[in-house]
Parts: sequence; C-alpha cells; structure tokens
Amino acid sequence: MQQIINFVIRNKTSLLFLLLFFVSIALTIQSHSYHKSKFINSANFFTGGIYESASNVSNYFDLKTQNEILVEENNKLRSLILNGIDSMDTSISKIDSTSYNGRYKIQTAKVINNNYTSSKNYLTINKGEKHGVTEDLAVITSKGIVGIIDNTSNGYARVLSILNTKSRINAQLQSSNHIGSLVWNAKSSAMVQLTDISKFAPVKQGDTIVTGGQSSIFPQGIPIGLVEDFILDISGDTYTINVKPFNDMTNLSHTYIIENLDAQEIKQLENPVNE
Amino acid sequence: MNSLNINSIIRFVVLVLAQALIFNHINFMDSVNPYPYILFILLFPVNNNRTLFIFLSFMLGLFVDLFSDSGGVHAAACVTIAFARPPILKFAFGMVYEHQNIKFNNTEFGNRVIYFLILIILHHLIIFSLEVFNISNILLVLKKTLFSSVFTLILCILISVLFSNRQR
Repeated sequence: MQQIINFVIRNKTSLLFLLLFFVSIALTIQSHSYHKSKFINSANFFTGGIYESASNVSNYFDLKTQNEILVEENNKLRSLILNGIDSMDTSISKIDSTSYNGRYKIQTAKVINNNYTSSKNYLTINKGEKHGVTEDLAVITSKGIVGIIDNTSNGYARVLSILNTKSRINAQLQSSNHIGSLVWNAKSSAMVQLTDISKFAPVKQGDTIVTGGQSSIFPQGIPIGLVEDFILDISGDTYTINVKPFNDMTNLSHTYIIENLDAQEIKQLENPVNE
Repeated sequence: MNSLNINSIIRFVVLVLAQALIFNHINFMDSVNPYPYILFILLFPVNNNRTLFIFLSFMLGLFVDLFSDSGGVHAAACVTIAFARPPILKFAFGMVYEHQNIKFNNTEFGNRVIYFLILIILHHLIIFSLEVFNISNILLVLKKTLFSSVFTLILCILISVLFSNRQR
C-alpha cells in the first residue's frame, strides 16, 4: 500500500498529464459524433455573451454590405407582391411562409460568431431557448442555406454550418427530382459537394441545386448553389457534384430560423413505437 | 512572487480573448489561422510547480476550445506541450536551464526561436490531426501544420519582443 502511494506521489505529474490528456481526447471524440458535443460549445452564457458584445462593435464595419443585401431582398419581395407569386420564377417565393399555409414559423437571428477555416465549422447566433429555438431547426439567409441548429442555451444557439464534415443535408436538382446528400470535403470554403446523384440525372454546369423535400428540417426548394463541375464516381452509378453556394459563407450577418411545425408529426409517423 | 501570479492571470485572460476574438478570424489565404495563445505556455516561469503548470495549460486549452467549438482539441495539445516542455527546454538552452535560473528575456535569440519552433510544431500537429481525425487526409494535416506554424512562430516572436521588459 505504501508503495502504491509512493508511486502515485513520485509520478504525479505524469499521471495528471495522462488523466487530462484522456479527458481532452474523450471530449474530442465526443464532439466528432453528431448531437453529442453538449459540454464544450460556444452557445453558453459565458462565451455567447462575449461574442455578442464583440459583434456589437464589429457590426459597424459591415453595415454597408449588409444593408445592400437587405435592400436586394426587399427588392425581390416587393416584386413578388406587385407581380403576384406565379410570375416569380426564383425559388425565393418558396421561403414565403404564406405559401405554406403556416406550416413554417420564421424568425430572424444575427450571427455573432462565424468560423469557416477548420474542418468542423460552427456559427453562433443570438437566439436561444427563450426565443423558442430548439435543436434541428433550419437556418437560412435571403440567398440560401446556412446550416442546422445543433445546440442551444438560454440566449444563444450553435449552428452546424454546411461547411462541416459532419453535415449531411438532403438536396436535389431544381430541374428534376433526383435527390442526393450535400456534404463538405473540407478542401475549400467556397465549394460544397453533392453526392449520390443518380447517373441518369440530367446534370449541367450552372444548374441550380435546392434543398430536397425529404427532410423534415428544411422546406423544399430553398436555394443552395450552382453546379460548378461534376464527375462520375468510381463505381459508375452516381455523380459527385461540386456546388458553389449562393451564400458567401465567410460573410454572414442576418439569418432566418425556420421551424417546421409538422416536424414532430412527421418524425412520429416515420418512427412508430414498437410495442 | 505575488506580482508574478497576477501577471500570469492577466496574460491568460488576454491571450484567450485575443485568440477568440482576433486570431481565430484572421483566415489568411482563406484558411490559415495562427494560435499565439500558446505564448502563455511558452513563457510560463520555469521554476514553478509542474503540476499546477500542467493543470493551467489544460484550462487554457479548454477555454480556447469553448470559444472555437472544437471539442477538446486545444486542451489535448496544450497539455502535451506543457508536459513535454522540460526536455525541450534542456535541448534548446542547455546548461542555462540546468541551473534553474533561466529568464526568457535574457536568452539568446537563436535558442529562443528553436525552443518556440519545436513546441509550436508539436502543438499544431496535435491540433490538426485531432481536428481532421482522418488518416487519409494526412497531407491536409501536414499542410495546415506547416503554414500555421510559420504564422504562429512569427507572431510569437513579434509579441515576445514587443512586450519584453528588458532592462537596457
């Protein structure tokens, strides 16, 4: 017994190192699996507060571009009202909540922290549980999709960006109904990949990619980006398409959170309780 | 001794905030970010309690992880370089370290660069391999390590020269 205690005391530095190292490895591995990184994230009171006060200052440097984006969006919405929804061919009309008979609830949020350089990128927004934001809500801007909320605190929420190797979003070609998954290979922040598109799909350079209707998170038809180039997989059955997102992911400020009010019902239907 | 502690605490807070608010958003050439917060570990007084030092390094890494949503990547890297510091000090500074009276402000510039470089490369290698966590992307890891290390090294040397209070 004495010897064990002596051993611990003699090697306390190495033992502490090993202990802390394994704690951090455990945290890392936990953060690699979707929906499990609960403890260490930027959507808590402390880090959220600091990011919020910092973004209050840095917002002023960005006012001009953000105003232009908002004016552009107003312009689109105005022409929508004046011309009637039918004559508008851009898919922005699909975001309009009225065309869904109130199936979707929309609220605005501001990005207070944006990362896009590592292979697992997250954003922090300034809406949280007290505003009715929960996990698995969609986040978009006026131009296209941003990501999915994966963690919330009282006043802030963390968004799993489309620039995250963990992200998989159901997407399709606008011209046909061939669906695939939107993923990211971490190579460039200006390019995401659409995989598993059938080789029979009529893909052309410059085609528009939109969200598919198969997920209960995103409404169908929210714009994602344009086809940059595409290759047939080694197996020869599916295309992998390089997509250039409409959103400049490096410059985000005003976003919309979309809540599908039917999500609960759809989920229950798809996963019936086994008796 | 007391002023040393206060000095360390201020350094800790300032470096974490600077990393979270400035250096994580530099994005030089689209993807290169420096991590000069490890200056806290590099310049921590040598003749101090090692257990406390390792624990502080862990906290430092954990705070940076909190801000950059990276799980425990930075914490793991910080703990490792804190643990590996004594042999590297011995390698870089030789006899001066043996006598336990090393002051970073008075050491030779070349020695200091070597000391910084070894710890920075070790730290960055651990960060990026844990972050990418995929053996088939080893080239990406090495590329990121190389670019970020150079960036961090330059910043670390600049900061340590600018804020050193050397008596002339």
